[in-house]
Amino acid sequence: MITYEFLQQYWWFLISLLGGLLVFLLFVQGGNALIFLAGKDEREKELIVNSTGRKWELTFTTLVTFGGAFFASFPLFYSTSFGGAYWVWILILITFVFQAVSYEFQTKAGNLIGRTWFRVFLALNGFLAPLLIGTAVGTFFSGSKFVVAKEAVGNVAAPTISKWATEWHGLEAVASMFNVGFGLAVMCLAIVLGALYLINHIEDDRLAADLRKWLKISFGLFLIPFLYVVYRLFTMEGFAVDTEGVVYMQGGKYLQNLLQMPMVLSLFVLGVLLVVGGVAGSLLKPTFRRGIWLAAPGAVFVVMALFMIAGYNNTAYYPSTADIQSSLTLANSCSSEFTLRTMAVVSLIIPFVVAYIAYAWRQMDKQSLTREELDTSDKY
Amino acid sequence: MIESGLVDWSRLQFALTACYHWIFVPLTLGLSIIMAVMESIYVIKGDLFWQKTAKFWMKLFAINFAVGIATGIILEFQFGTNWSNYSWFVGDIFGAPLAIEGIFAFFMEATFFAVMFFGWNKVGKRFHLLSTWLTGIGASVSALWILIANAWMQHPVGMEFNPDTVRHEMVDFWALVMNPVASSKFMHSVFSGWMTGAVFVIGISCWYLLKRRETRFALSSIRVAAIVGLAGTMAVMFSGDKSGVQTAEYQPMKLAAMEGLEKGGKRAPFSIVPGIEVPGMLSVLATHDLDGFVPGINDILDGYTDESGKVMPSAEDKIARGKRAIDAFSTYRAMKNESPSVADSARKVLQENMPYFGYGYLQSRNDLIPPVSLVYWAFRAMVGLGAFFLLLMTAILWFECRQTLVQKRWLQHIALWTMPLIYIAGQAGWIVAEVGRQPWTIQGLLPVNAAVSSVSVGAVQTTFFIFVAIFTLFLIIEIRIMLKAVQKGPEIEHK
Repeated sequence: MITYEFLQQYWWFLISLLGGLLVFLLFVQGGNALIFLAGKDEREKELIVNSTGRKWELTFTTLVTFGGAFFASFPLFYSTSFGGAYWVWILILITFVFQAVSYEFQTKAGNLIGRTWFRVFLALNGFLAPLLIGTAVGTFFSGSKFVVAKEAVGNVAAPTISKWATEWHGLEAVASMFNVGFGLAVMCLAIVLGALYLINHIEDDRLAADLRKWLKISFGLFLIPFLYVVYRLFTMEGFAVDTEGVVYMQGGKYLQNLLQMPMVLSLFVLGVLLVVGGVAGSLLKPTFRRGIWLAAPGAVFVVMALFMIAGYNNTAYYPSTADIQSSLTLANSCSSEFTLRTMAVVSLIIPFVVAYIAYAWRQMDKQSLTREELDTSDKY
Repeated sequence: MIESGLVDWSRLQFALTACYHWIFVPLTLGLSIIMAVMESIYVIKGDLFWQKTAKFWMKLFAINFAVGIATGIILEFQFGTNWSNYSWFVGDIFGAPLAIEGIFAFFMEATFFAVMFFGWNKVGKRFHLLSTWLTGIGASVSALWILIANAWMQHPVGMEFNPDTVRHEMVDFWALVMNPVASSKFMHSVFSGWMTGAVFVIGISCWYLLKRRETRFALSSIRVAAIVGLAGTMAVMFSGDKSGVQTAEYQPMKLAAMEGLEKGGKRAPFSIVPGIEVPGMLSVLATHDLDGFVPGINDILDGYTDESGKVMPSAEDKIARGKRAIDAFSTYRAMKNESPSVADSARKVLQENMPYFGYGYLQSRNDLIPPVSLVYWAFRAMVGLGAFFLLLMTAILWFECRQTLVQKRWLQHIALWTMPLIYIAGQAGWIVAEVGRQPWTIQGLLPVNAAVSSVSVGAVQTTFFIFVAIFTLFLIIEIRIMLKAVQKGPEIEHK
């Protein structure tokens, strides 16, 4: 029987999946963060830009679909978070806006500010977008300062139902070590994935050696915030919800969620092992180039598990520290049963979409990108 | 209290983003079809000339496509950042087409754009051609779902207000999809994109003819573009007529503003420009009947009885009933646990007055009048230029078929200088559709002042100017890059 509650859980699963896929596809950003670090000369920079440049639309599209899916399934989150944490989302969007044009503009005659600046925009997007997205997602556990009062619709002079309780409008998130740690972990993970993707996609020994060096550095840097975030996550109080929908603080809530949902625990552990396996394989064996295909599902699984412990098992996934009862739960923020049911039918198309993306990806990447190809084919 | 100026700055920011986005989208819609036709000719004939021709236009397409994407993402997220109340109040309905657009259209565009652009030496001819078509189809499917969402804002259907969740909820998905306004909006917007693509290709090709270079390339491009453009123009005229009738039925105030019609009636005249009118023409256009009744601005504000005998309340009456609905909503919310009988009667009052709920947020009858002069002149610009494009494309195709276009340098000059006009027409169309329906975010249900986010005016002003700077910079760079690429040319005939 497909109940309203089941549909809420199903849609949170899809949000988790899209979130996981988005983090995996942030390899584009991670790769761009390495333009000036791993790319020693113009040719190497060109290889990196042209490698990530053939996938950037997928990351962009996943971000847009992630937003659209959240809007359709949990509109109160869309309303509260985007309208409240205004500056964080605007900054994220601006970095993506610059990225969108930079590929196309960078080498074209007449681009006004020169190739280097557009590559700087790509690199800035590479660092900042994962950092800011990660910081924003950190608030799914640490909370944000907002109040939701649906009665406000009856107040003609001030009908806005969700209000941010601080003038910082999202920038206050960086005052939390946990949020910043979350952001740094996502940023370093993106660079790890970017390095692994480039190692796989580009056939160039000199660049590969540099990429492996940066893989080692970025993975080492990733471990620090990641372990900190995991430690905090498993020891901090969480925002639990009782059967009446009342939100209350519960010690070790997120660790309990993990232990009480063995499937999610398995997903998390498997994800971590796959990421470690992908990185270790690439670092230990210089001829091993398929690390991305271990780390990619690993990243997806870890992120999915984190979203699941944020929203499943009677947990408020977008908690408010200004008014705990304003916290968003799957039940109080979701769309109507009719809409969730209709959209669930629409979601059946997703495997078909994934299949044609995989087919086109395979067709395009049958051969690795080489210096020679840049001379003979279309390029950015 | 909503901060003074917040609504206007939020509107201005949304308008800015939408206007910039609509500079780039029509060209994407139209050029994608034109280059897909060119590549189809290449695959059918096997003539490399057509491959190179298609590739040249693809180069310009890609430059334009990138800026369209950049402005589009801001637009989507602005529903949340700047119109948060809207996002909750109607998110149950409005979010669905946005999500479907992402799943159905964006991935198609994104995936096959990469194949189209980089796959010439990596995939087979037919798969490449399929990718080119799917890029264009993806863009049109994307427009379809966005326009389904937009049509719902113009003519909301298939939903019910739920006072417990404090939002409108979808009850009929197919009513949303089959909304009659959606089909005419889709046709009007997508085919106006075909016109934009055609005018763009013809204009650049005529520049080559004027410079006496790339002659075969230019004439071949003109032939394809003019056919696509003429087909688009016919569809735009047909859907424009349909749209006019729907506007008269669902948004009479918008129609009255488009005509600057203060006092309406039967055999209403169509205004060519102030002082020059065609008697009865507006009635024919709006109702397909010379004796059709078309209400003017004052009729709508004062209340009137339409042809079917239905009494339309005055603005004051609507506002009073709206306030009654909002008061009943508050009573229901306050009493639903304490006094179910009081809550029940409040709910009945709410249901009776729900069609006027949004009017309750308005201060006075004047709030219902959109900026008349702007809408009036925008409509004239759109229609007048549309008629001019029809003549131009007919003339271009006529002379091209007679193989005398190369000698008609006056026509080549006109075609070249028509390029900016197609963008003015597109922007004018957007102004008619969106400014004409003010003050509503959703017709009759939610005015802008009840839809806005609770952020400071300073924050919105700051982001507005940031977006002005970024978008203007991008536009300048795009134009410069395109000019350089055009000057360089397709380099077909030099080889």
